[in-house]
Amino acid sequence: MSRNITLNINGAQHTVDVEDRMLLSDAIREKAGLTGTHVACEHGVCGACTILLDGEAVRSCLMFTVQAAGHEITTVEGIAPAPGELSVVQRAMQDNHGLQCGFCTPGIVTSLTAYLRDFPNASDDELKEALSGNLCRCTGYMGIINAARQAQKEIQGSAK
Amino acid sequence: MSGQAAGRYVGQSIKRKEDPRLLTGQGRYVDDVQLPNMAHVAFVRSNIARGKITNLDISEALQVPGVIAIYTGDDLNPYIKEYWHTMGGPRPALDDPSGAHPPASVLAPGDVRFVGDPIAMVIAENRYVAEDAAEMVIVDIDVEEPIIGLDMAVAHPEMKVHHELNKNFSGIMPYMEVPPVDEMMASAPHVVTRRFKQARATNVPMEPRGIIVKHDRGANEITIWSATQNAHEVRSFCARLIGFPAQRIRAIAGDVGGGFGQKMMVSRDEAAMMIAGYLLGDRPIKWIEDRRESLIAANQAREEWVDVTMAVTPEGDIMGCRVNFLEDVGAYPPGAGGGAGMSAGMFPGPYKMPVVIPQGTSYFTNTCGKAPYRGPWMMETVAREQMMDHVAAEIGIDPIEFRRRNIIHQSDLPYTTCTTLVYDVVTPEETLDQAMEMLDLAKFRAEQEKARAEGRLLGLGVGVYIEPSAIAFGILSSDQANVRMDENGKVLVALSSGSHGHSIETTMPQVIAEHLGCDIDDIIIMQGDTASAPIGPGTGGSRTAVIVGGACQTAAGKLKAKILEIAAHTLEANVDDLEVNDSVVSVKGTPAKQLPFAQIAAMAYMMPEMLPEGMEMGLEVSARYKPAGSFTYSNATHVCTVEVDPKTGMVKILRYIVSEDCGQMINPMVVEGQIAGGVVQGIGGVLFEHMIYDKDGNPLATTFLDYLVPTAPEIPDIEYGHIQTMSNSLGGYKGMGEGGAIVSPPTVANAIHDAVKHLGVHPTDFPLGPSQIRDLLVHAGAAV
Ligand code: FES
Ligand code: FES
Repeated sequence: MSRNITLNINGAQHTVDVEDRMLLSDAIREKAGLTGTHVACEHGVCGACTILLDGEAVRSCLMFTVQAAGHEITTVEGIAPAPGELSVVQRAMQDNHGLQCGFCTPGIVTSLTAYLRDFPNASDDELKEALSGNLCRCTGYMGIINAARQAQKEIQGSAK
Repeated sequence: MSGQAAGRYVGQSIKRKEDPRLLTGQGRYVDDVQLPNMAHVAFVRSNIARGKITNLDISEALQVPGVIAIYTGDDLNPYIKEYWHTMGGPRPALDDPSGAHPPASVLAPGDVRFVGDPIAMVIAENRYVAEDAAEMVIVDIDVEEPIIGLDMAVAHPEMKVHHELNKNFSGIMPYMEVPPVDEMMASAPHVVTRRFKQARATNVPMEPRGIIVKHDRGANEITIWSATQNAHEVRSFCARLIGFPAQRIRAIAGDVGGGFGQKMMVSRDEAAMMIAGYLLGDRPIKWIEDRRESLIAANQAREEWVDVTMAVTPEGDIMGCRVNFLEDVGAYPPGAGGGAGMSAGMFPGPYKMPVVIPQGTSYFTNTCGKAPYRGPWMMETVAREQMMDHVAAEIGIDPIEFRRRNIIHQSDLPYTTCTTLVYDVVTPEETLDQAMEMLDLAKFRAEQEKARAEGRLLGLGVGVYIEPSAIAFGILSSDQANVRMDENGKVLVALSSGSHGHSIETTMPQVIAEHLGCDIDDIIIMQGDTASAPIGPGTGGSRTAVIVGGACQTAAGKLKAKILEIAAHTLEANVDDLEVNDSVVSVKGTPAKQLPFAQIAAMAYMMPEMLPEGMEMGLEVSARYKPAGSFTYSNATHVCTVEVDPKTGMVKILRYIVSEDCGQMINPMVVEGQIAGGVVQGIGGVLFEHMIYDKDGNPLATTFLDYLVPTAPEIPDIEYGHIQTMSNSLGGYKGMGEGGAIVSPPTVANAIHDAVKHLGVHPTDFPLGPSQIRDLLVHAGAAV
């Protein structure tokens, strides 16, 4: 069965024709053409495919596209405040060498963005724990953890 | 001892140029390439480790709407013209006594030889349909007894994975009788023998393998997009494989999501895609591996045993070693697949060993093939560094003192090892000193003692090694940079490098900007497309900083020389009196007399009358660099402290210290990133990762829930110390891409050993997960 649904991604409407079984990650990549969302396991383990669904970090490989109709989706392409700029988290990732090959990166950026918004005062251990749902094979996590620390400081600073 | 001062760019932690693209979802990985009319591939793979295919029925699958074609071994294998990788060279004869490559096939040739062996490929309108149809292909297999694990391969030399061959090994270094050494060993005061085992692991790039093949019959051209470390090899392998003119094949690697060696050589599945794409014609086909395939059928590594016998004097001077390297290369490694030969050469590492007699065998088994994984020869360091601790314990001296007694000093350089390697500029002793200073040994020993009194187990591990970086022989010998300044004074650089996360778009512009005198933002790098990239071996063997860096430095120098010549002519000055700052040439002491690069570039392309007599127009140079030696040696000492929970066997890493010497650092931030990545992969190989097979040959780790790669909470903050001694390669650079992964496993293992050795526990086998450690403690009667 396939049907026409409208996805709201990064503030734009995409009307797509999808089979009921099509994964949201595939629809975002192939139907909406937003290839920043990466697929690295399709088991819900690696976190590379993480998007924000109504602001919550979710794994797009664990959802069917049809379930996303009517919700607001934010992908890594929609995180920066404006084209050519970087968000606090994205800048912290660059400043701290939080990425090498970049394949896990979109999932890290989306996950951290949601986590630091909700838990700006998380402890260092909680920060690391929050990152445990995102696998990275290149960085050894050092750069990512340092990026999280920097972004957290900035977010705390701007809240004051 | 420390090197040249950092330059304006070289030696600075410049933020990466590739990051804004990758952070905003604008990378271009192979799966992001969507071509019109593209079809999608799913493989049918064997669930049986070994057996004859008695029935292969594709008729029902062909009926699935949307299926375009289904190919089996009978369809594709006959198209194989030649099957070998440039790095490994042509195939030895089937009866060559010294080794073998697996027989050439891209899909199972009537029988299956490991679980994951590709049997058929389904090509369909989309991936969903291809997978549906793949499920409907009927395969009956007459199961035969497989060879699983080194135990069985060693015990049954008469069994063969490949019936086409007259042996079951891909490489062999036979036992050598050396009477003087054997006599020495027989009469040595102390002779210690151990067998160290590494557990099978796999590279696990976060981006699995993927390839698109497009055969344009009209133009008689093949274009391949591939997640590869080496686009040129994809092109030349494909040309040989199907006998297609190499100049009519273009291979493109865009962004590549990690590889760590796995994407260095074309694999069988990719070769199947090349033949299928060629046959199908006119419709591009795409295959993106899923994670299960990646875990069971992309290549694996590290299943190795090393037997070491070491003779020592009572004072702790190493007298000599016999070492036997046994490795499992699976069924279909690319080429011979083994690392034992290189391991043998590197075994002495940072120590003065009067003699090392190596032997080794690389066995075929009915498992996934072995391929390079970050430091493919690293079993030498894994064995040697654990052996140092075991021998020290046996003869009753401190393992750090034992190392110091045998380590190579500055006064020994240049030092020729008994395996004939010549170390010119290395600092093993200095990194050991620095690491110890960072640790504060006395303080740790006091803590350890106090903890022990409380029933807690703390341990300290040390690992020292020398890395043969910038491996430069055969196709790996050289790299090239083509540097073009355009008519606006901007710089376009085509490199033979291949990036899969190496920060090349940042580090190589640092080298060029430093030596050309331009702004780093005026430089753009092109790599990974055979239509524009100079010939080279891509990434591998920790080569980029040294060899590509050398090419960039030479090319920048050549270009600068031409720019200065033009400027000298126009400014009526001597070249020697000119200086370059921020893309402006000026006369020293007369800053008013100056010419910006943009103006010089305009002259070079558009104003022949402004050029010196006889000068060729344009501003484009190329340089190919080969380092003087076959290796550029770097070195490091790693130190790790752990706490072992005597109840659960859990290991917690408390501190991890790295002191390393990679010569002139181009970008310290990138250096530390490479170290961290390697260290954590190595930690994973000891504590978490195990690609385990049952006795029937079924892989038991087929998802990320079973194959455990380290995650953020398990990682301590890594502490870095740097010693910079200039190598004899251009720029003083030394490679360091693999070292982190090479020496971290024995360092962690030694720390665990140190925590439990007073209980009579002396671990030798990886993995050292909680259950293994708990078992060792129970066995020693030391469990609580
Ligand atoms: S691809 Fe969705 S969690 Fe891995
Ligand atoms: S940067 Fe490569 S997997 Fe994280």
